[in-house]
Formats: sequence, structure tokens, C-alpha cells
Amino acid sequence: MKDILCNSSYFGVVISLIGYSLGVLIKKKLKHVIFNPLVVSIFFVITILLVFGIDYNDYSKSTQYISFFLTPATVCLAIPLYIQIKLLKKNFKAIILGILTGVLSSLVSVFVLSYFFGFTHQLYITMLPKSITTAIAMDLVGELGGIKNITVVVVILTGIVGNIMCESICRLFKITNPIAVGLAIGTSSHAMGTAKALEIGRVEGAMSSLAIVVSGLLTVVLINIFTGFL
Amino acid sequence: MKQISQIAIILLISFIGEVLNKLLDLPIPASIYGLIIMLICLETKIIKIEKIEKVANLLLELMPIMFIPASVGIIAVGNEVKNIVLPISIIIFLTTIIVMVTTGKVTQFIILKDRCKKE
Repeated sequence: MKDILCNSSYFGVVISLIGYSLGVLIKKKLKHVIFNPLVVSIFFVITILLVFGIDYNDYSKSTQYISFFLTPATVCLAIPLYIQIKLLKKNFKAIILGILTGVLSSLVSVFVLSYFFGFTHQLYITMLPKSITTAIAMDLVGELGGIKNITVVVVILTGIVGNIMCESICRLFKITNPIAVGLAIGTSSHAMGTAKALEIGRVEGAMSSLAIVVSGLLTVVLINIFTGFL
Repeated sequence: MKQISQIAIILLISFIGEVLNKLLDLPIPASIYGLIIMLICLETKIIKIEKIEKVANLLLELMPIMFIPASVGIIAVGNEVKNIVLPISIIIFLTTIIVMVTTGKVTQFIILKDRCKKE
């Protein structure tokens, strides 16, 4: 039985989709941000894997077709961006300065906290690109000599935190302008936050997609200044 | 048939992104090249938005599902990070909020200031 589950091409995909549907269902019934479909599905899948003793690598192999669509989907982020391009041109200065501020505050706060916790250079490098999209962060960390596996998890957790918290944080700090909300979400929590921004509104979603690209590229450029600090 | 050509266009651009990623020695992933190429194609009307909209919106809607496999990878690095879970969690939590607030506040401030100036 275990062999069948481990070598199946469909089992991993099926439990992922069931987990997500379950998450959507729970969210509909109990309207609370904690019941985020992604978080529910992650817990669901981990539970199933542990119960049946399935190795993560087997699950990962079975779900490669889900992951396959991530690049095309990221390419499609150009569509909300294109629809809102007038808005981008009209508010160019605010958008660029806003994202630049976010990127710098991310790098500075990771540095300060890593210093405070006495992290090694390698762990510090591993944490530095935590706010940008998984794909860029992994490539960057690989190049700088950090630990890729940890970076992926940290980036994803950052996305989950952003996805869950963004609505309350924006409300709490009175960030109400749709452009500002979108940029805040995209710069702090990449594509996973953007998924939420798309739900909030079209302008928010577009600005959040824009922020992923711009903050990712700015981080690639600026990270080299910070790597030597610790 | 329409959907097939939409998928083809999106995958073609993803492929071009992949080629650029392999050819150019920059830490920029295929998806980001693809995104920029797609935006240029739409902006210059090489690709009309109606030609990809349907499939593109479907992919965007399904995007959260695509993060499940990588997220479950948390169980694979469990042992390496056991001793530093707390500091890492604090960093994740704090910096995400700091970045969100600084980006949002600065953007909002500049937009409102510019608007006042114009009026």
C-alpha cells in the first residue's frame, strides 16, 4: 500500500487539491483570516504524509506538475499589470520610491535582527532575500553561498504571514490608498501576498504584481552592499 | 481550440524566459524574464490581451495551489533549523510587517502630497 502511495503520479496532487478545497470550504463557513486555504492545505498535506509515512521527496516528485505551472502563472502576472499600466505611469515616482523604501527596510531589518540574534554569516545571507519571490531568492542565495532549503521555507513563511496579516496591518496603520496597499503587500510578501491582493481588488493586485518584479530586481542590485555587514 | 493557442502563447513566453535565464549570467529567474516579455508584448500590441486572457486568469486563480508543494518542504528541513526556530520566526514576523508598513506609508504619503500639489 505504502509503495503504491509513494510511487503514484496522482496521490500528491490529489491530496494537495483536496487540502485546498477543504481550506476554501472552511474559509467560507468560518470567515476568519487564520483559516487561509493555503495554510489549511499545508497542514492537511503534512498530516497525510506523516500518517502514511510518505517521504517528502516522493510527494515532491508527484506534485511536479503543480509546480510546473508556477513559471507560466508568474508570467501571467503581466496581465493585471498591463491593465493598470496607466496608473503605474501616472504614479511612477511614488511607486518606485515606495518599493525602494520597502526593499531597503527589509535588508536593514534582517541585518539588525540577525546581528541581534548573533547569526553566522551564512545564516544571515540565507535570511537576507526573505521578502522577494521564491525563484529569485533561491538563485540569489545559491550565488551568495547561503542555505537554499532554509531560504525557500523562510520565503514561503514570509508569504504566508503577509497573506494572512495584510488586511489587518493595512487597516491598523491606515494604509487605505489602493496603490499603497498593493505595493505594501507585494514588496513584503511576494506572490503569496499578491494572491490575497488580487482578492482585495484589481488595483491592489496589479500593484502587488508590479512590486514583486521591481522589489526582486532592486534586491538583486542592493543585496551586495549588505552581504559584507555580518 | 482557443484555449490551446492561449496555453501555447503563455508557455512559449515562459520558454523564452527559460532560454534567457540559461544564456545570461544573471540571478534573474525565467519567470521574471517571461513577465517582462509578456508585458512588453501586451504594451506594444504584439499580443492582444483577449488572446491570452482566459487561460491567464485561470492560472492566476490557481496560483495559491502551486505553492503547496514547496511549502510542505518545511518538513524536509526540520532538523537543520530546530535550534533557531524562534529567532527565525521573529525575523519573519517582524520584517514582513516592517516592510509592509514602510512601503505602504511612504507610497501613500507621496501620492497624497503630489495630489495636493496639483490641486
